[in-house]
Amino acid sequence: MPLRTIAQAPSEVLLEVQGQPTQRTVLDALEARYPMLRGTIRDHVTQKRRPFLRFYAAEQDLSFEPLDAPLPDAVVSGAEPFFIIGAIAGG
Amino acid sequence: MSSVRVLVGTRKGAFVLTSDGKREKWQVDGPHFAGWELYHLKGSPADPNRLYASQSSGWFGQMIQRSNDGGKTWEPVDNKFTYDGIPGTHQWYDGTPHPWEFKRVWHLEPSLTDPDTVYAGVEDAAIFRTADGGKSWHELSGLRGHGSGPKWAPGAGGMCLHTIIQDPSNPSRIFIAISAAGAFRTDDGGKTWLPINQGLRSEHIPDPTAEVGHCVHRIALHRSRPSVLFMQKHWDVMRSDNAGDQWHEVSGNLPTDFGFVIDVHAHEPETIYVVPIKSDSEHYPPDGKLRVFRSRTGGNEWEALSKGLPQKDCYVNVLRDAMAVDSLDKCGVYFGTTGGQVYASADAGDTWNAIVRDLPAVLSVEVQTLP
Repeated sequence: MPLRTIAQAPSEVLLEVQGQPTQRTVLDALEARYPMLRGTIRDHVTQKRRPFLRFYAAEQDLSFEPLDAPLPDAVVSGAEPFFIIGAIAGG
Repeated sequence: MSSVRVLVGTRKGAFVLTSDGKREKWQVDGPHFAGWELYHLKGSPADPNRLYASQSSGWFGQMIQRSNDGGKTWEPVDNKFTYDGIPGTHQWYDGTPHPWEFKRVWHLEPSLTDPDTVYAGVEDAAIFRTADGGKSWHELSGLRGHGSGPKWAPGAGGMCLHTIIQDPSNPSRIFIAISAAGAFRTDDGGKTWLPINQGLRSEHIPDPTAEVGHCVHRIALHRSRPSVLFMQKHWDVMRSDNAGDQWHEVSGNLPTDFGFVIDVHAHEPETIYVVPIKSDSEHYPPDGKLRVFRSRTGGNEWEALSKGLPQKDCYVNVLRDAMAVDSLDKCGVYFGTTGGQVYASADAGDTWNAIVRDLPAVLSVEVQTLP
């Protein structure tokens, strides 16, 4: 996974999130730990998710959920991971 | 003994090719950044072990990588390229206004004197600069602010600023080129820019001699004569003897004057090289024969160089950033193809050999001559 290569990070990362865990706060925490990931998951300026990336958790596609919507309880408790997935597309 | 390091950017990673000064045996290292598009890599003239690389992908956007050890190890630096102010619009392919959007870095040009200073040419067209080794990038927005931006339009590859040349005799003067806007020059270190397209003629735009709108593919100069510029335009090979104030055509006896690359011999300022390509739709060499053409008269009179190059069934392209020269004696000339070959000539183009034949499509070739 290129993001792991860039960040030299393991496949699963445990993050402490300030306040309500949402897509935005999780990504803020991830980028704070791995600054080299800034701009690779969401646009620097618009903060929009890059179109070929998707966010999944607890067997749901959260990609089109609002950035500030609370994440599922299973993710918040640590029982389930929040997946950042590269689309299978391109060549 | 001198040695040579060739930096190759491809559709699926970067490769570093090294040889001693004989340029007969080569070591191939890579791929670096496997799977990513490497539009360009270039070393600092002031510190040859300092390299910069533009790494991008449709999934993850733009990364900039820096090496301090000649490409053995790399570290990501800042990848934030934010246009100054409200970016405005340029022309889209259909002629309608289209907002400026950053897509990727096409070209990185390190300062001639400071390893921490680098210029970046980006799509949508703009020029950025770092003075801290890539930790932060800032637009030289006087270029987009020239006022002609709404008339700029993308070429087939996008609206890219692909060429940046610093005048070695005048630190305040920089030349750039954009597809499809044309060539521009600053004489005040990037604050203000002047379009330098007089003499260009482009039949695909409403006014063929317009101030902007020309699809310039590449510009080159010899450092001993920085006011003499050579240009490969979409169609036409051009020359200027007054720093771009006026251009005239020097296509002469070329079999076709379409092409992408142009470069100048390291020791002979009137010796120039192009790779003619059949047409803007076909994008391969005429007659299936890959030939470099050399002029020893600064244009107009050209000779075909084919010894060692495929002369049958060859349908590759040579993209605009994929030719470079070393500064050894005899001058080495290098180019890469969309078929993945990197060819080298250690005798100024008389004979050629493939350093490597089966890389991903080559996007850029740069050469460092090392002591």
